[in-house]
Amino acid sequence: MIAVVDYGMGNLRSVLNAFAAIGQDAAAVSLPSDLKEYDGIVLPGVGAFGDGMKNLRERGFIDKLADEVLVKGKPFLGLCLGMQLLATVSFEYGEHAGLNWIPGEVRRIAPTAAIGELRVPHMGWNDVRLIHPNGLYTGFPSKETFYFVHSYVFSPNDPTVVSGICSYGLDFAASVEVGNLYATQFHPEKSHKAGITLLKNWSEKVTACSKSV
Amino acid sequence: MLKKRLIPVLLLQNGLLVRSELFRIHQIIGNPIHEVKRFNHWTVDELIYLDISQGEAFGQNREDHKVKGFVDSLEIISEVSKTCFMPLTWGGRIRTLEDMRVRLQRGADKISINSQALRTPSLISEGARTFGSQAIVVSVDCLRHPDGATEVYIDGGKTATGKKPEEWAHEAEANGAGEILLQSIDRDGTGLGFDTDLIRKVSEATTIPVIACSGVGRYEHYADGIRAGASAVAAANIWHFKDLSDRAGKKALQRAGIDVRL
Repeated sequence: MIAVVDYGMGNLRSVLNAFAAIGQDAAAVSLPSDLKEYDGIVLPGVGAFGDGMKNLRERGFIDKLADEVLVKGKPFLGLCLGMQLLATVSFEYGEHAGLNWIPGEVRRIAPTAAIGELRVPHMGWNDVRLIHPNGLYTGFPSKETFYFVHSYVFSPNDPTVVSGICSYGLDFAASVEVGNLYATQFHPEKSHKAGITLLKNWSEKVTACSKSV
Repeated sequence: MLKKRLIPVLLLQNGLLVRSELFRIHQIIGNPIHEVKRFNHWTVDELIYLDISQGEAFGQNREDHKVKGFVDSLEIISEVSKTCFMPLTWGGRIRTLEDMRVRLQRGADKISINSQALRTPSLISEGARTFGSQAIVVSVDCLRHPDGATEVYIDGGKTATGKKPEEWAHEAEANGAGEILLQSIDRDGTGLGFDTDLIRKVSEATTIPVIACSGVGRYEHYADGIRAGASAVAAANIWHFKDLSDRAGKKALQRAGIDVRL
């Protein structure tokens, strides 16, 4: 059973619908103490970084998430803002400390004249070069197209955690995978078959992990 | 590379899908859920749903349409989002932050606002602050007058505002809009092609994505909107009564040398 963290940051419905479509049980969880009942944890989210951290803190999620994910090692999937929150710091509307689970920084996509017209937000379908073949992208070709909508990007200090690279003016991390931590800047729940397959791959990690306990 | 998007627009009037001409003539064409399933099956880039109903009457229980009845358009969002694994923009009759919130909770990803945004531009900034800019689409309905001048209209094309489209689009962006949905009242349903001059002016006045809409009668028209500066092209009527309208539209864009998701 998968927990989708409900911390008041955006549309959980589509994430739950996507898991329903692959026959995977998932539920919105708004009480941090309930997380221990679940085998895998999804942190979705759209909106501003500062608000996201504030909501996690005020609702008491930060310690509980760390218990389940960092201590117990349950598979974790961050989506969009849920990926950026893994960083050390974000410079979206000021300077905000993040979860610091994957050290790095979140900065605005800088429009550069050199590549011509570059509109922000980066919104739409873009190609991702897939580097890690055995995690989220098991069974994928070397390139796949996913739906993005964001104005900020996460740059991990350790480039080897990046599992997919997208290019928009500059190359940036479309996804990261390290240990039981998985995260995508794009929205798999809005990326048709490719996204649904990715969620299925992650769900299989959850199943494998819950069986091994 | 970021693909140029091709987007079907569905128009909902009193619970039924309609096609539109010049914002005045609306002809019932079918079931609001059935079409979405078809588009999802085709894996279209995204979907825009606009509720253009006036008043609260819903006609879905009419026997002749054989459509399951819905209490209101919110139920339609919930139903649509179950099979919609693509971005869903919902617009029409949105007046408050709460109107936005309930639609996002039901499964919409973006909210399109129009008349109320123009009357109260702070609705754009409040929406952007609460839900993020990416969730706020400002829809701009424009009329080209016989002398060639363009003007923004609201209330479903009924009320003139005295605003220039490019100025209003720029102002909407400054208020926090994440995207502009640009419609031409005088091209709506005509099949004459986009108003490319309008698209160019609005694209040049903004740095957020512009979705060009209104006037597409042939698949070849799509490329004109992209060349004029739009990040995405949308249409309504051409998607109905036709098979393979996604594939054919994408192929036409590709033939014009435009990078699309196939």
